[in-house]
Amino acid sequence: MDIEKYITSGILELYVAGTLSEQENLEVVALAAEHPEIKKEIESIEASILALSKATSPKRSANKGFNDIQNRIQNATKVIPITKKDTNWSSYLGWAAAIILAVGFDYMYKQNNALKSEINIASQNNELLEQQIEDANSSLEKSQELLTTIRDKDIQVVALGGQAVSPTSYAKAYWNKREQKVFIDAQGLPEPPDGMVYQVWSLKLDPLTPTSMGLLEGFITDENKVFALANPNASEAFGITLEPAGGSKSPNLEQLYTLGAVSS
Amino acid sequence: MELEVLVENFRNKDSNAFEKLYEMYSDNICGVINSIVKNSDIAQEICQDVFVKAWKNSESYNASKGRFFTWMLNIARNAAIDEVRSKSHKNSKQNLSSDFFVNILEDKNDLNNQVDTIGIKNLLTNLKDKCVQIIQLLYFQGYTQKEAAEELSIPVGTVKTRNRSCISQIRGNLSV
Repeated sequence: MDIEKYITSGILELYVAGTLSEQENLEVVALAAEHPEIKKEIESIEASILALSKATSPKRSANKGFNDIQNRIQNATKVIPITKKDTNWSSYLGWAAAIILAVGFDYMYKQNNALKSEINIASQNNELLEQQIEDANSSLEKSQELLTTIRDKDIQVVALGGQAVSPTSYAKAYWNKREQKVFIDAQGLPEPPDGMVYQVWSLKLDPLTPTSMGLLEGFITDENKVFALANPNASEAFGITLEPAGGSKSPNLEQLYTLGAVSS
Repeated sequence: MELEVLVENFRNKDSNAFEKLYEMYSDNICGVINSIVKNSDIAQEICQDVFVKAWKNSESYNASKGRFFTWMLNIARNAAIDEVRSKSHKNSKQNLSSDFFVNILEDKNDLNNQVDTIGIKNLLTNLKDKCVQIIQLLYFQGYTQKEAAEELSIPVGTVKTRNRSCISQIRGNLSV
């Protein structure tokens, strides 16, 4: 390699300026280590820049010397705990914000839940009211149906009078022969004792032949005490006896509460 | 002590070595910064910061990548250019005067300031304007060869040769 040519190429001046590529830099460093004249040239170039830059130096204040540098370095290391404090302070703020947020969320959540349960209660009340209205409606319907039934022109009304066991008892039978149905209005009967049930009988009088028409089940809970029973028989009279639960095959006439003959 | 040894000790956080290097180069580094920010107070402030920064990053200096002075020069230029680009600097009106380091040198003469023993007039003897320009760009402002070529509208190769001859001129003046 022509060292002289390398020196005069101007690359060493750029090396001192610090504008060479990394590759070129490494080349210069390697050649300078190998060739003392290159190293000497670099130092001379640097010296000229040092002279120039020194001449442009501001008038240095006495308090801006190396002591100031040392103070700055110490302060810089001292600054660390201060910034740490700052970080802590801001992290406290962060935590505080997070806690406030969490409390806020909790409050909102509870509020939301309370509102939800209020809505629940309200909607339950609503359902209850709707049920009551429906019940009232259906009970009205039933009453109207009942009324329509007993007003039917085909209905024959049979009054059943109280018998020896219970003279004050009374009942009525509304018999629709065409539809073979009997409605027993048992409003006038006392509540049957536990384990006993009223049984309705269709009677033929000559000879006396009782045929069970059915039981007045659920007597106590039935609101209007009107019971619909099928009656395909050619009844001449209706009787109601008190029988053990489940009913009997033939009536216990000692417990005959009411009896009434069908007027022909 | 040899420069190489000083720099190696500095890399290992030897504050004595750092102080010696500071004494060797602080005027130069402050000078480069001053030529860019053009304000003595600001220049001194940045200059001190640059040395603190150099100390903190001393282990990052690598001799295989260039001269210690060149490394410092680079940190100083960047710090000074950052300052010039900052808002606060743009807002201050103290940077209206000179554009080239030469003006600072001449100002110093005009004001009869106490100047170094070197003798600035000698230093700048016969130095042409185009030398002032190219030295300003390459050394004081950190332009690359290519950037300087574009700035001066000359071929890239010419930057290298012209710079070489300009530096030679100064070297000649120095040894006079």
